[in-house]
Amino acid sequence: MQQLIREFVWNDMENKQVTIQSETPVQEFWRLFRKDKLAMFGFIILLFLIVAAITGKVLTEWIVFFDPAMVRLVDKLMPPLSIASSHILLEEVPQFGIYILGTDELGRDVFARMLQGSFVSLSIGFVAVGISTFIGILFGGLAGFYGNVRLGFISVDTLIMRFTDVMLCFPTFFLILTAVALLPPSIYNIMIIIGITSWMGTARFVRAEFLALREQDFVIAAKALGLPEWRIIFLHMVPNAIAPVLVSAVIGVAAAILTESALSFLGFGVQPPYATWGNILADGKNFIFDAPWLFFIPGIAILVIVLAFNLVGEGMREALNPKLRKR
Amino acid sequence: MLAYIFRNLLQRCVLLFIVSILAHSVVHLAPGEPSEVDPSNPRMQPEDIAKIRAAFHLDDPIHLQYMYWMRDLFTGELKSFKDSQPVLPKIWERFLNSLPLFICATLLVWTLAFPTGIQAAVHRNSAYDRGSTFIAYALISIPGFFLSYIMILWVVDLFGVPVIGMRTFGMEEASPLFRGMDRIWHLVIPSLMSALAGVAVLSRYVRSQMLEVIGQDYVRTARAKGLDEDTVIYHHALRNALLPFVTLFGFLLPGLIGGSVIFEAIFAWPGLGRLGYEAILARDFPVILTINFIAAALTLIGTFLSDILYAAVDPRIRLE
Repeated sequence: MQQLIREFVWNDMENKQVTIQSETPVQEFWRLFRKDKLAMFGFIILLFLIVAAITGKVLTEWIVFFDPAMVRLVDKLMPPLSIASSHILLEEVPQFGIYILGTDELGRDVFARMLQGSFVSLSIGFVAVGISTFIGILFGGLAGFYGNVRLGFISVDTLIMRFTDVMLCFPTFFLILTAVALLPPSIYNIMIIIGITSWMGTARFVRAEFLALREQDFVIAAKALGLPEWRIIFLHMVPNAIAPVLVSAVIGVAAAILTESALSFLGFGVQPPYATWGNILADGKNFIFDAPWLFFIPGIAILVIVLAFNLVGEGMREALNPKLRKR
Repeated sequence: MLAYIFRNLLQRCVLLFIVSILAHSVVHLAPGEPSEVDPSNPRMQPEDIAKIRAAFHLDDPIHLQYMYWMRDLFTGELKSFKDSQPVLPKIWERFLNSLPLFICATLLVWTLAFPTGIQAAVHRNSAYDRGSTFIAYALISIPGFFLSYIMILWVVDLFGVPVIGMRTFGMEEASPLFRGMDRIWHLVIPSLMSALAGVAVLSRYVRSQMLEVIGQDYVRTARAKGLDEDTVIYHHALRNALLPFVTLFGFLLPGLIGGSVIFEAIFAWPGLGRLGYEAILARDFPVILTINFIAAALTLIGTFLSDILYAAVDPRIRLE
């Protein structure tokens, strides 16, 4: 009996040691993240939607399998799953002869438009967040690492953080609206404007992390080894400061998609011929009584994708929270 | 303390100055001008456009335009490009329209978010907690106008609640009592819809704050000395969890302008956000700039108030 217990305890200890030694931060993150059912649910939806967006890009633009731009005035405002009428030309007939999600006021296939829009909507989110994260890391890193360098009468840290304060003073949505309305309408302008009006949070996180990291032993050791500064910043400090940035980036994608749909609603969104979920929804609101599918399909799609991003972001925040680790 | 306040105010004035310069440059350097809003109008001759440009100082260098704007703003002479009405009274009138909506929405947010968040924290991982978490995420994730349209479809037929404008047309002769009731009746749906996302965000925040506090030693001590659960939660835990929310009060003020554009557009509410939207459409630079300026000033006042409030509430913080 004693023997058995000792063996059991020993085995247990051994197991523990093995797990602690072999677990990289990524594995640890994944173990904690997987436990969160809502976040996993969001993650699976997200993977599915990203795959859908890429196939959408391929099937609507490179190999035109579903044609989002085909206008068939005879078949306008057909409900979902309806069969194409016999009055249209042979090359106008949709795939499989049915409109999976119905048609809009010009007889365009809503399913094809949604597929095309999924890629555009996601790329707006990713590009805008890419820009804001880049600016945020750059400014936050500069302020955190070179904060004490003085430019004349003002230090780099003061300069950058005051500028961040200035940007925080603007009413963000109103500023985006002003800029988008005054600039020529283009999808790239929308991405850039959303990007350069939303980097302030990231810059603050990164600065705070850098201020703490700058004093830590591994950074001092790296400096003592004579590594170039860019190497210390990008290879040693950024990876250690990246966790909160990733969380805010994932949530930022959700916010960017919502902002795009709000802009579309006010008529300043992405212009035709690009379809985004936002402008399909904004156009669909005019047919809310005659063709409710034009309104509900993109609306629910936006809800699902933004929800997925938010759930994944919150799950990541929980999993990266040091208070929950090693349990 | 006084020195701190003085220095802080001075810094904020400098910030406001920089913000105004930035806003002015963004608006004036971007392509598109008030004279180009109606290019198809056949009566617009080149000399008319030149006249308009001269009247609006659009041919002057940009720093001079900035000086003109500032001078007119502070002497109250600033006129709208669109209809030559003075800008400040115009904004004030719209501000008074936005104010009831803003107050109702804010009250709804704070009265709904706290009970939901506290309950979710107290019954952590219960069905209620998980349900409210999911609903909160759904409310954060849904486009505001999509939810509002669904709401409009649903409530108008069911309850006959008005969803357009601030008052019923043709009620001007009714007694003040009825007009007041009419105004309140018109407020219901717009304020509810603009509050929902705020309720979701704030209740999540309340929940996480409460969870943090409930795990503290002094809460365990309060339980250990045999206080009943309500006293522990509402007297010992909640009071400490409330601290960070004092700062949130400061961030409320700028929401008056930024957050209202969409909802005022949906519900045809003649408020400040809508005025800004119309001004953007008409390239009405003085109105756009002045609204932006007021919003920035409100943000700065808000953060200033929250700094001061925080120091007043939390004795551990000392302003130097």
